[in-house]
Amino acid sequence: MKAYLSRRYHLSASHRLHAEGLSDEVNRETYGKCNNPYGHGHNYVVQVTVSGSIDPETGMVVNLAELDGFAQKRVVSQFDHTNLNLAEEFRQLVPTTENFAVVLQRIFAEFGAAKVEHVHVEETGNNSFEYAGEALPQVGRW
Amino acid sequence: MILLTRKAEFSAAHYYWNDKLTPEENERVFGKCANRNGHGHNYTLEVTVAGEVDPVTGFVVDLKLLKEILEREVVGVYDHRHLNKEVPEFEEVIPTTENIAVAVWRRLDGKIPYAKLHRVRVYEMADLFADFYGEFA
Repeated sequence: MKAYLSRRYHLSASHRLHAEGLSDEVNRETYGKCNNPYGHGHNYVVQVTVSGSIDPETGMVVNLAELDGFAQKRVVSQFDHTNLNLAEEFRQLVPTTENFAVVLQRIFAEFGAAKVEHVHVEETGNNSFEYAGEALPQVGRW
Repeated sequence: MILLTRKAEFSAAHYYWNDKLTPEENERVFGKCANRNGHGHNYTLEVTVAGEVDPVTGFVVDLKLLKEILEREVVGVYDHRHLNKEVPEFEEVIPTTENIAVAVWRRLDGKIPYAKLHRVRVYEMADLFADFYGEFA
């Protein structure tokens, strides 16, 4: 009997969308104000959905404390109040929220205690992105 | 086919405890949720039904009727109650968010005319929710 559990984590970070392989002009055209030279920031919401059967002993799909501990260590403490462009994961990858969702999905895939179905990232209340694994992004495609 | 979702809210108390585990194990597994004095949440329930749009009414299901069913079957039973002590399905089942989603599904399945229950989503708080799509999903 399969159930899904979703948990939301909050982190604030800055980024600048700028692709090294494009001219400054094309970057400005492509990314608009997201290309402004000194960067800007968001309050991100990272929502991870895991699935599995409900353990009859605990009533849980996953022990929340375990998931929270993993998320705190591997996601929140890594990215909260940081500049995403400087993170190792974005050395060759533009930190769009699409790519952030992919990076976060790969991190959560290492959780191990439950199947990670998808990662949903809200950049603002009006923009959100979701990634469920499978195809990997072309690193450095620009 | 159209999916239609109705929300409802209830506030309830609960705690997590399994008599088959030792007190130490309960505290290790359930943390602060194992406090036997209980604690509470404002739950939000989202019930999604699937069906065809009736050509006469334009409805998948009459929302007033769906609201009444949610009120009668779930909110009226859970709201301002202690789930462990006052709701029969949680006498022996721990009222985790996952199990509440399953219990709500069982309370509603087959009770909504003209539409099929598609998903039950239970928010324990804005940052935590469980989804259940039925016993065979």
